Amino acid sequence: MTLQPDTFKSLVKEAAEQVIANAGELTALDQAIGDGDHGTNMRRGFQAVLAKLDTIGAQPLDEAVKMIGKTLVMTVGGASGPLYGSFFLAAGDALTHKRLPEDLAEVFGSGVAAVSARGRSQAGEKTMLDVLVPVLDILKTEAGRPDLIARVRATATEAVARTAPMQATKGRASFLGARSVGHIDPGAKSSCVLLCAVCSVLEARQ
Amino acid sequence: MSDMVGIVIVSHSNDIAKGTADMVRQMVGSEVKVAFCGGDPDGGLGTNVGGIMDAINDAWSPKGVAILVDLGGAETNSEMAVEMLEPERRGLVVVCNAPIVEGAVMAATEAAGGSSLEQVRAVAEELSAG
Repeated sequence: MTLQPDTFKSLVKEAAEQVIANAGELTALDQAIGDGDHGTNMRRGFQAVLAKLDTIGAQPLDEAVKMIGKTLVMTVGGASGPLYGSFFLAAGDALTHKRLPEDLAEVFGSGVAAVSARGRSQAGEKTMLDVLVPVLDILKTEAGRPDLIARVRATATEAVARTAPMQATKGRASFLGARSVGHIDPGAKSSCVLLCAVCSVLEARQ
Repeated sequence: MSDMVGIVIVSHSNDIAKGTADMVRQMVGSEVKVAFCGGDPDGGLGTNVGGIMDAINDAWSPKGVAILVDLGGAETNSEMAVEMLEPERRGLVVVCNAPIVEGAVMAATEAAGGSSLEQVRAVAEELSAG
């Protein structure tokens, strides 16, 4: 797998369109345990990314990824803006000195570490990290396997479901205490939507 | 004027941010620079990193700026805004762990006396410790 500029643009476009298509569900999930704005915020952020798609696609990969991060930071308008923004800003920084696909786990790991630092959170607290961390583990341990993309999708999808029984201790959902149990986390779901969109584009180009 | 710490109020609601700033001005006077940012980039309930950066620059003082926030997203977005400032300003801005209205009034009162950024922050944060 090598990442051609047109592939990267397709990845960004599909990821943004999938977030926008799932905005209603993300908001419904957030209405159950948060403040009900996750879908609206993510849609606004990724609409801004789509509007800049040509500019983003014309940059070197590291700058392009950072531009996505900065766009999300400036437009999302909820906690998810700095969280997703920090992921892409850190991953873009890492890409300046790393190569794809061989350093994929390291680049993704930089993004995950930035989310963890920004949210002062770890896996197991019913957040997007409960999807990102298991996916990072797969990227580390199963790099190079021919079915890696399918494994990432399956891991992300299963990881979202595993947030349902968790009790939130971070973010707005933590206000609900035990009442957060039984609902999947909206941030975990949006992470899964993004990862699955990337998987679909990469599979179609294999 | 420039030798007093500036105060920035960040709320998910423009009404709360503006109302808090009005209370600070009435109770502390206009010598302390107070700026606020409320709502998301579309004007709905939420937070806005670009608007927070503008507010920090509006309230700027060489002694620094103390930010008071309402809920978690306002804190996360304020921290992000601080990191995106010019490097020489980043170390002179703090996000206080304090209730937004009481914290803003206490912080501005302390700032009006010419206190340092750390003193302003400490006075606001005593409210949470109690």
